[in-house]
Amino acid sequence: MDTNKNLYTIIYSTVLVIVVAVVLALASYLLKDRQQRNVAIETKLMILRSVHLGRNADKAKDKATYIEQEYAKYITDSSITEGDKNLPIYICRLENQEKFYIVKLHGAGLWGPIWGYISLKSDLSTVYGAVFAHKGETPGLGAEIATPGFSDQFADKKIFEGENFVSIQVVKGGAAKGDHQVDAISGGTITSKAVEAMLKSSIGEYLNFFKTKVNSTKN
Amino acid sequence: MDKKIFIEPIFIKNPITVLVLGICSALAVTTKLEPAIVMALSVTIVTGFSSFIISLIRNTIPNRIRIIVQLVVVAMLVILVDQILQAYAYEVSKQLSVFVGLIITNCIIMGRIEAFALGNKPIPSLVDGLANGFGYGLILVALAFVRELTGSGTLYGIQIIPLSWYASNGGFYINNGFMILPPAALILVGLIIWVQRSFSKELIEK
Repeated sequence: MDTNKNLYTIIYSTVLVIVVAVVLALASYLLKDRQQRNVAIETKLMILRSVHLGRNADKAKDKATYIEQEYAKYITDSSITEGDKNLPIYICRLENQEKFYIVKLHGAGLWGPIWGYISLKSDLSTVYGAVFAHKGETPGLGAEIATPGFSDQFADKKIFEGENFVSIQVVKGGAAKGDHQVDAISGGTITSKAVEAMLKSSIGEYLNFFKTKVNSTKN
Repeated sequence: MDKKIFIEPIFIKNPITVLVLGICSALAVTTKLEPAIVMALSVTIVTGFSSFIISLIRNTIPNRIRIIVQLVVVAMLVILVDQILQAYAYEVSKQLSVFVGLIITNCIIMGRIEAFALGNKPIPSLVDGLANGFGYGLILVALAFVRELTGSGTLYGIQIIPLSWYASNGGFYINNGFMILPPAALILVGLIIWVQRSFSKELIEK
């Protein structure tokens, strides 16, 4: 058969593409549930880690189930309405009745999106824990924001000074001091500054909620 | 079947050290053993099956769209591998990130299809593809072994260098941060090529 005829070439490529499309569509359809579950589990683990839970996830026999159980045990999903926006807020209640509010952070890093979760104690000012993640920051430099070395610094910092929202600054050169500063990553200044901007803008969206909440507990 | 088809790509005509193909991903994913092994397996599967499929249909492919047909088949296999990794090895698929997608541009695959699969029967083509994947994987694992051990003090995520040796715990040892960076992999590949060439003289150009 002459495989160089135009008609043959057109039919051949059409059939090939249809076969490939069917195979890929089928694979995507069959694997979708599992993939979505993986993403959901990862988010849950991050939320748990922001309140210092889920530390044993890697040792657990069935990591996914372990994370889901822990999450169901401690965390309640909730949301607040701010203007026309619906903002998620996660509430964590430990066995000793301590309560933490977890806020989702999202911003732009050097190369791509960065995100994270920060948990606040019930005074809604003192940070209990924080975790960060990134899509593609430079390994060894900006990517270090995802390590405990960076995120553990946030514990016990304060986002309010009296009534004023000051967020937390990320400062250069090991000069961090006081309640509102943490050390930046050397060589990762742009990403570190991006974390600072992300904290300010993401927590900023919740300010009204925090203020009413704090005032209502005072009175 | 000729044993040479299997042995040659692994040791004598290794795709990385002799043909110098697939260097890019070899530098990028070899900081840790786990992603290197997954990458090696993924490439092996893709080279093996793309060679097999192309060899099966080699007599029906219109010559004018030969490269396009090859690309479609390779792309399909790569997407399948990517989807399966996302479903069953999510952590690793995140570490490999774009490099799974970039398997499609790995010259080893198209190279073997053009050089071997188009002119040989399906089973030898499959073996040739797999063997080239193994050859690639062997170098990847060797690089990752050295880089993870010296750069992070671990192997496959398990701590090998005792923690008490580290300077931060009052010891004398510091991980070699340079080994985690891509240039270290390039230097290591160079060393492997040097060693290989000094053993097999036929590789040395006149």
